[in-house]
Amino acid sequence: MGRYIIRRLLWVVFVLLLVTLITYLIFFKLPPGDPAVRFAGKQPTAASIAEVKKQFGLDKPFVIQYALFVKRFFGGDKDGWPGMGFSFNTRSALHPIITSRLVITAQLALGAALVWILLGIPIGVLSALRPRSLGDRIAMGFALFGVSAPVFWLGLIFLYLFWYIPTQHHWAIAAAGSGYIAIGKGFFTWLNHMIMPWVVLALLFAAFYARMSRGNLIETMSEDYIRTARAKGLSERRVVFKHGLRASLTPVVTMFGMDLGVLLGGAVITETVFNLQGMGNYIIQSVRGADYNAILDITVIAAFFVTVMNLFVDIVYAFLDPRVRYS
Amino acid sequence: MAEPLLEVRHLKVHFPTEDGVVKAVDDVSFTIDRGETLGVVGESGSGKSVTFLTIMGLTNLKSARVTGEVIFQGQDLLKLPVEEMRNIRGSKMTMIFQDPLTSLHPFYRVGDQVVEAIRTHQKVSKKEGMDMAVDMLRRVGIPKPDERARQYPHEYSGGMRQRAMIAMALVLNPDLLIADEPTTALDVTVQAQILDLIDRLKEEFNAAVVLITHDLGVVAEHCDNIQVMYAGKAVEYGDARDIYYNAHMPYTWGLLQSITRVDESTKKERLKPIKGLPPSLIFVPPGCAFNPRCPYVMDVCKVEVPELLPSNGHHAAACHLTLAEKERIFKEEVLQQA
Repeated sequence: MGRYIIRRLLWVVFVLLLVTLITYLIFFKLPPGDPAVRFAGKQPTAASIAEVKKQFGLDKPFVIQYALFVKRFFGGDKDGWPGMGFSFNTRSALHPIITSRLVITAQLALGAALVWILLGIPIGVLSALRPRSLGDRIAMGFALFGVSAPVFWLGLIFLYLFWYIPTQHHWAIAAAGSGYIAIGKGFFTWLNHMIMPWVVLALLFAAFYARMSRGNLIETMSEDYIRTARAKGLSERRVVFKHGLRASLTPVVTMFGMDLGVLLGGAVITETVFNLQGMGNYIIQSVRGADYNAILDITVIAAFFVTVMNLFVDIVYAFLDPRVRYS
Repeated sequence: MAEPLLEVRHLKVHFPTEDGVVKAVDDVSFTIDRGETLGVVGESGSGKSVTFLTIMGLTNLKSARVTGEVIFQGQDLLKLPVEEMRNIRGSKMTMIFQDPLTSLHPFYRVGDQVVEAIRTHQKVSKKEGMDMAVDMLRRVGIPKPDERARQYPHEYSGGMRQRAMIAMALVLNPDLLIADEPTTALDVTVQAQILDLIDRLKEEFNAAVVLITHDLGVVAEHCDNIQVMYAGKAVEYGDARDIYYNAHMPYTWGLLQSITRVDESTKKERLKPIKGLPPSLIFVPPGCAFNPRCPYVMDVCKVEVPELLPSNGHHAAACHLTLAEKERIFKEEVLQQA
């Protein structure tokens, strides 16, 4: 198991370097024109172009440029770690901006992840244990709804039902309309602002995970080792939970890593509907404003999250399934 | 005469489906005595596995209609509440299956799986359970059992895995071990080892054994009595000598003639299979279910179901041919070619 982890870690380092290389190529080498001009923002002046050249070492050979970039990113610069450089649009350091955005997106993603795990998997498991029952059909109907409903529509409906109507009628309890309040300013206020985005974001995933858990468990329960477990005289509960569930959840773990990894790079629609200043929101802004430096940083960070989450999930998978440890 | 260990009376297992009722087991009766080895032989779809899965209580009662009686040590298992059946299953009556790779859970260590079988039925500590498991693994011939107990099924070879399954099935000293095609998924050389192992352990544990197989060649040395099944019914029953040297039913003759033999390569004859295909269990042919494929079919066979009637002693066959005809055909045609 230890050797497996070390192998995977080395692979992750390699992948991360590859990601930075490809991103760098995309931003600096592939498009026509002078990258310095591009990066200097919407109204490039000679001075700002020179600044860009200096920051990125664009007058040096490519390998040095790239090495400088990697060194700066992984080593950190004067604003902190990782080194994110300077936005030529806002004329300020990117590090504090991106970090604060990341904090918000992380809270959104992790909270939603918790909701969709706690909602989706039990529903899927219970449906699998009573296939074609009324409960199963209702659950799968809910799943179909969750998978089909567009996030922006769902978000707006939630806002209407849980914020607009209560505030219009002056009910005692209403969800917060929009925005983000840091947890330091009051736990329940924070919760109030996060709960709707969590549920709206989680619903799609919960539905998907419910369907997947259900399908996997039904398939697992027809395996030979389940018959052996029953032949040993085990209680049905033990057969399902100890023998069936563990085998059926390994694909779910893999999916979870991918989903969470991608979400940490930004949940664009949810953040927009609920006015949360997270990464997703920021990347839209940056693209509109052609703030290349910001886009570059976010791209690399998002890719990092996906890679690292995949590593984490692979380790968990190897922990669950011993056959994987030797491959 | 001592009371039989297991007595099955008129067992029927029917599965209603959209296309019709699948008569997987259609009125089967037999007994097993203490310490006996019964071979149950038949093609896929003959009902041999379903019979014993139902006896073990592993048939899904929501989708099956089960009638008849299964008397085990004085109790009708079909009428037992689920909890009590669970106490018997895995401790007094155990079953091993065809493919040991898929029958063992891939995520748990072999030793732990054996311990689980023990601790489900006996109050022992984990340490005691593991000691018992390691001891059992040793007795089934697995080398370095304490190391092997900590390994996973995919780290074992096919033969070792089946030994591990046998260990799991015998560790609680059951009265009856049901082995459903235990060697079909194994290499030929390993097959013999496993069957010899079962024989030896049967003596040590004084258990009765059921060997379910489609291969008459496999059960020759290892069974006291043999029951041949076809289309959900028992069509012949006798001790091993009766079946091999004096079979009385054309299906059994077909099985005997289709056994491949290494020592006959000089004859350069083609394999002699039974012509035709096994019947649908929904639309079973009228009369004797074997009649479409029988080389000796008569008119009565297509109309009247032959009963399993004793021909001498406890040797019984379900066939409309007269005893004289059966013995003649066997001597002239089957013995020449078998």
